[in-house]
Amino acid sequence: MTDAPGAAPAEPVTIMSAPIRLDFDVAAGAAASRFLKGIAQRRILGQRCPVCRKVYVPPRGSCPIHGVPTDQEVEVGPRGTVTTFCVVNIAFSDLAPEIPYVCAQVLLDGADIAFFGLIAEVPAKEVRMGMRVETVWADEVIADQRSIKWFKPTGEPDAAYETYKDYI
Amino acid sequence: MSDEFVAHHVLEFPGGYKRSLGPVISRFLTCLRDGRIEGVKLADGRVLVPPTEYDPVTSEPAGDPVEVGPGGVVTTWTWIASPRPKHPLDRPFAWALIRLDGADTAMLHAVDTGSAAAMATGMRVTPRWRAERVGHVKDIECFVPEGKS
Repeated sequence: MTDAPGAAPAEPVTIMSAPIRLDFDVAAGAAASRFLKGIAQRRILGQRCPVCRKVYVPPRGSCPIHGVPTDQEVEVGPRGTVTTFCVVNIAFSDLAPEIPYVCAQVLLDGADIAFFGLIAEVPAKEVRMGMRVETVWADEVIADQRSIKWFKPTGEPDAAYETYKDYI
Repeated sequence: MSDEFVAHHVLEFPGGYKRSLGPVISRFLTCLRDGRIEGVKLADGRVLVPPTEYDPVTSEPAGDPVEVGPGGVVTTWTWIASPRPKHPLDRPFAWALIRLDGADTAMLHAVDTGSAAAMATGMRVTPRWRAERVGHVKDIECFVPEGKS
């Protein structure tokens, strides 16, 4: 080092790289495990709150309003009503379906909260609020939410707005 | 109750999180690469190590760089009996705050004494420098009891 005492050394370090990585395990827990086991049987399982009687799906084990265990298992669907939906025109991920595709909040029969999923087997511009749909399962179902491929129209008359207006 | 459904997740910043360095931290890390430790002198004469860009009390820009150490005093420590994968050493060691000679604040680093019995608040330690340095606080592999580097 020939620099004068106190002088900054030559070729300063200008970038610092810090490794950032978090490895962790997530346990599904009791309610989600029940839900996943139901999926493996082509059943969509929700849970009912003993106080307000609402059925939540996918179940979380407790009612978000009353804070009590949702102790009653209730099968919902397989049909439901499209509430709100979105036509996606930008493929933002390699995992996204072919654009345009439609994702929607489907109020399954018997549920008090809408369920997120794709709407397919129908042109995107024909998807509408109130459209009646049914679950389309994978050929081989396993305990994985992706065993529900999407929802497709049933051909029934559209549901009346009153039947889903409180769930949007 | 056993958990039947457990998913392993990895949250990672690929290649590491790279941040550009301003003049103060750049100088600090450059000195580490060159095997020296510097702090900054504040308006009241105190020397801050590691350096900060601003005086934490007055908010004024920090003053001139000042070389400190290389040795110093352990002001507090905690023994790590079971090091985790990302820890600086893969054998039991101490995390310690070390006030280097000439500094008025202590810096965090690892101390390698082999046993908790050999650790003591007030003990003198000196850095064990890596042979290959890049300009990072890990250019100091750890601190060791003075006289044992």
